[in-house]
Amino acid sequence: MRAPGGPDVAVGDVLLSVEAVSLAFGGVKAVNDVSFDIRKGEIRAIIGPNGAGKTSMLNVINGFYHPQEGRITFKGEARSRMRPHDAAHGGIARTFQNVALFKGMSALDNIMVGRTLKMHRGIGWQLMRWGPALKEEVEHRHRVEEIIDFLQIQAIRKVQVARLPYGLQKRVELGRALAMEPDLLLLDEPMAGMNMEEKEDMSRFVLDVNSHYGTTIALIEHDMGVVMDLSDRVVVLDHGIKIADGTPDQVKGNQAVIDAYLGVAH
Amino acid sequence: MIAFGQFLEVLLSGLLAGVLYSLVALGFVLIYKASGVFNFAQGAMVLLAGLALVRCLNFMVAQGFSFWGAAVIGLLFSAAIMAVTAWLVERFVLGPLLNQDGLTLFMATIGVTFMIEGGAQMLFGAEVYPLQFFPGDAWFLFENAFPGGILMSKIDVFGGFIAAVLVVGLALFFQYTKTGRALRAVADDHAAAQSVGISLNWIWFIVWLVAGLVALAASTVWGTKLGVQFSITFLALKALPVLIIGGFTSVPGAIVGGLIAGAGEKIAEAYLGPYIGGGIEYWFAYVLALVVLLMRPQGLFGERIIERV
Repeated sequence: MRAPGGPDVAVGDVLLSVEAVSLAFGGVKAVNDVSFDIRKGEIRAIIGPNGAGKTSMLNVINGFYHPQEGRITFKGEARSRMRPHDAAHGGIARTFQNVALFKGMSALDNIMVGRTLKMHRGIGWQLMRWGPALKEEVEHRHRVEEIIDFLQIQAIRKVQVARLPYGLQKRVELGRALAMEPDLLLLDEPMAGMNMEEKEDMSRFVLDVNSHYGTTIALIEHDMGVVMDLSDRVVVLDHGIKIADGTPDQVKGNQAVIDAYLGVAH
Repeated sequence: MIAFGQFLEVLLSGLLAGVLYSLVALGFVLIYKASGVFNFAQGAMVLLAGLALVRCLNFMVAQGFSFWGAAVIGLLFSAAIMAVTAWLVERFVLGPLLNQDGLTLFMATIGVTFMIEGGAQMLFGAEVYPLQFFPGDAWFLFENAFPGGILMSKIDVFGGFIAAVLVVGLALFFQYTKTGRALRAVADDHAAAQSVGISLNWIWFIVWLVAGLVALAASTVWGTKLGVQFSITFLALKALPVLIIGGFTSVPGAIVGGLIAGAGEKIAEAYLGPYIGGGIEYWFAYVLALVVLLMRPQGLFGERIIERV
C-alpha cells in the first residue's frame, strides 16, 4: 500500500519519534518525560502495569490528548497541536481498548467508513449517487471486500456489529483501521478479553498486516507471551515513566521491569 | 354512515396535521442523532427560514419577477441564509464547546435561539407576512359515499408530500453516501469517527445545514398556514410530544410520532371535547407523550437505553 502523503520514509528509518513528552491531568502526571521512537516496518510494543500511561501515550500520538511538554515527529515533520482527524489524514490509524465500533451499522459499513478519507467526490455527486460518485463507491467497496476476505469475516459482513461476539467485533475494528491504509497502526490491547484461539488468530492477522502490507504497528498488550512473540522492540512504562526500551529479550531480563510487574519489597 | 364519514374526516385531518408536526420534529432528530444535542433553536430556525423566504420572495415580485421565479430565488436565498447560520453556529458556538456534555450544549442552543429570533426579526422585520406557497382551499373526497364528502385541505396534503420526500431522501442519503455514513458514524461514536479521519466540525456543519433546510421546508408549509410570524417559533413546543412519542433518535419515529400526536389530538377534540370542554387539541399530545414516557421512556422507535450498574 502506498503512503497517503508526506515525505516517504525508508524501511528501518524512524517513522515516529516521541521526545520528552509529558502529559498531566490536573495534578496527575499520566506521562512523564517519555522518549522513544518507532521505526518504519517494525512491530513496536508498549507495555507496563495498569495505570502506567500506555493508553495516554497512544492518545497523545493520535491527537486525542495534547501533551503539555515535548515534541512528536511523524514522517520527519514535528507537529504541535494536532486533532485526531489530522492524524488520520497523516496516515495514523488506531483501534480502541474497549472496541469503539459504530454499533448501529453493519460490519461492511463500519469498514466502509474507514475509507472516508480515500473518497473524494463532493457531496453533490454523492447526493445523485451517479457517475463518478457511483464509480468511486464501487471501487472502494471492492477494496473493502478484499480486507473482509483477508480478515475472514465474509459471513458476517451484513450483520449489525452490536450483535457480533466480542472477538469478531475486534476483528471488524481492525478491518476499519486497515481500510485507511495507514502508515502507522496503533492497536490498544487487540487481544484483551479473547480466548486462546482468538488470540492466535489475531496475532496471525497482526503479523500478516505487518508483512503483507508493510504497515508499521505499535501495540499495547498485557499478554506477555503475545508481546514477546510479536514485537521487534518493546518500550516499558511504569507510573508514566519509561523504565526500559529494547528487544523482547533485553526487556525480559531488565530488573526494573521485573520489579514493576512483580512488585518490590519495601 | 354520517358518523363514520365524520370520523374519517377527523382522522385524516389529524394525520395530515401530524405530518406537519413531524416536519418540525425531523430537524430535532437529525441534530440529536448526530451530536447528542437537543437543539432548542429548531423553532427559531423555522422562523428565520420563513422570514428570509417571504421577504426575498416579496422583494423579487416587487421587482417584476413572476411569482414562481421569485419563489425559486427566495428558496435559494433562504437556503443560503440557513447555510450561513449553520456555519456561524458551528464556528462560534458548538466548535468551541467540543467534548462538553449534552446539558451544556443544550443551554448553548437556548442562547442560539434568542440570537436567531432577534437576528431574524432585525434583518427581515417583525410583522406577519402572508405566504401563498400552496393553495389554501380544500378537496372534497368520496362525495358519493358520504353526504358532503370528506374535506381534505390541499396544503396539508402538500405538507405530507414534502415530509414524505424529505424522509425518503434523508434515508437514502444516510444509507448510501459517504457523508451519510460519516453522519451515522459520528452519531454512534465520536472518538472512533475522529480516528478514521472524520472532522466533527464538518459533520456538525452538515447536520445543522440539513436541519436548516428541513426548517425551510417546514416554513413553506407552516408559513402558508399561519403566515410567517414570530409565533411560528412555538412550533418547537408542538414537536416536543412528537419526539417523546417517536423517540429522539429515529427519523421514522418522528413521522409516526407526528401521525399519532396529530390523529390523537383531533380525535380527542372531536369525541372528548363536547364532554370535558373544548381546546383539548392544544394539550392532548402531551398526555400521549406522558403515557409513552411511562410505558417506554425511549419512545416507540428510540434506541433502548441500557444502563450498566
